[in-house]
Amino acid sequence: MANPLKCDLCPKPATVHLTQIVNNKVHKVDLCEECAQAKGVTDPSGFSLADLLLKASLNPDPVAGLRCEHCGFTQADFKKHGRFGCPACYDVFQSLIEPMLDSMHKGTAHSGKVPQKALSRKTLHDRLAKLELDLTEAIKAERYEDAARCRDEISQVKQNFGPAAAH
Amino acid sequence: MTITSLIDTPSELTDTTSSKTAIVLMTRVRLARNLAGNPFPGWAKAAQRNEILSACRQAVEATAPMKRCLSVAIGDLSELEKQILVERHLISRELSEAKGGAGVVINRDQAVSVMINEEDHLRIQVLRAGFQLRKAWSAINELDSALEERLDYAYSPTLGYLTACPTNLGTAMRASAMMHLPALVIANQMEKVVRAVNQLGMVVRGLFGEGSDASGSIFQISNQTTLGESEDEIIKRLGSVLSSIIEHELNARQKLLEADAGKLYDKIGRAFGILQNSHVLSSGEAMNLLSLIRLGVDLHVFPETNRAVIDRLFIEAQPGHLQHAQKGRFEPGQRDLLRAGRLRGEFAEFSRPSFTFTSDGSN
Repeated sequence: MANPLKCDLCPKPATVHLTQIVNNKVHKVDLCEECAQAKGVTDPSGFSLADLLLKASLNPDPVAGLRCEHCGFTQADFKKHGRFGCPACYDVFQSLIEPMLDSMHKGTAHSGKVPQKALSRKTLHDRLAKLELDLTEAIKAERYEDAARCRDEISQVKQNFGPAAAH
Repeated sequence: MTITSLIDTPSELTDTTSSKTAIVLMTRVRLARNLAGNPFPGWAKAAQRNEILSACRQAVEATAPMKRCLSVAIGDLSELEKQILVERHLISRELSEAKGGAGVVINRDQAVSVMINEEDHLRIQVLRAGFQLRKAWSAINELDSALEERLDYAYSPTLGYLTACPTNLGTAMRASAMMHLPALVIANQMEKVVRAVNQLGMVVRGLFGEGSDASGSIFQISNQTTLGESEDEIIKRLGSVLSSIIEHELNARQKLLEADAGKLYDKIGRAFGILQNSHVLSSGEAMNLLSLIRLGVDLHVFPETNRAVIDRLFIEAQPGHLQHAQKGRFEPGQRDLLRAGRLRGEFAEFSRPSFTFTSDGSN
């Protein structure tokens, strides 16, 4: 008790202590008078702890400098927008997101629908890319039997794609 | 089909007479989906947005439910047309304000709409009149599976469907019900209900979503979280929260009747009088009066068949619909005159209230 709690959003001492139960999970937030006012904590209808936690976990953020190679999105951009740049950002900013998810959602792992068709198509796509690489290498190394096998497999995989997803 | 013919076609929301229930006006399920390897709409460049828009439009138009549909770029719609789509809950306010590279595909009976390049590449929505969460879910699930055959969704085995905002990860599903809760409002119990519902991980909003007020005592209740639970679990949990709100509303009505039936019937009777005779009505006041008449239907003051009329008027009293019906644009002051005129016309034909159901005969 020697150290008074600091506000989650700024360095001032916290005087407002909030506990909210979302999905049987207890979430606690400590705020100073001004931040509590600013965040509308005093207005019970307009206040969601999840939103606040999201912002709080974004603010104290010393490991800045991450950048998504795929779309150029940076950590600073996320702080500003609260949304990501592209699907690949979720890999790049994984360390940033993980602690947020726990307070934002009921769990941290997906347990719903799986897009079977999109996934199997992706698997086929990856397999095709690999086979084409093998084929080029086999030809280069003059392993013609391997090359013929690769070629046959490629045409088979392409057949499996079906007309709708030929790319 | 064109926007004009769509607006004049009977819709799931305004014209379904079947499955109208006393408390739940409609149920909706929404799925957010994104294309793998593409920047989210908020981060995409104009050219990328346009590419995504045309790829998504093609894929959506090719699905079975969209056989006869309106498929349109937001930029090609007038302000009034956009407003009408917002009032029918077919597009969001955010989409209606989109600058470029955004679109929407809506099926003929307006039960299915797919917004393109809103916050996510695809926002698929299925809407059903009444309390039909499971039906709405199975319809949207089927459409989503059909789209998945044509589009590569961004998906991670651990985080589920990847969305622009991490609050939608996982199922990326928002299921909601629009509820008419006049007795809880009259009895000042809504604040308590909102708090309890929040604690169960659900959100309460006004008629037009985030930030809108609850005029007409109409509230939207939806799940807040999307990750860590399956779609079925979310729907089951929301369904039980909705059932318990229904029960509370019915109890509140019973209590109001027991405490002072005269006072409640007075409110309904006065609302009827104003709707029949007033000459200036704001949309907020109109919504509140219509809400009382709807309550009257539930309490057998008016015949059951009138409920569908009220539900249609809830939509038609909105500014966009009103101006469309009058074929022009009007200032808010003029609109209030037009609205009152419109409602006077409707209520001239309406059956008179019958208050014979009062148990103590005090009326």
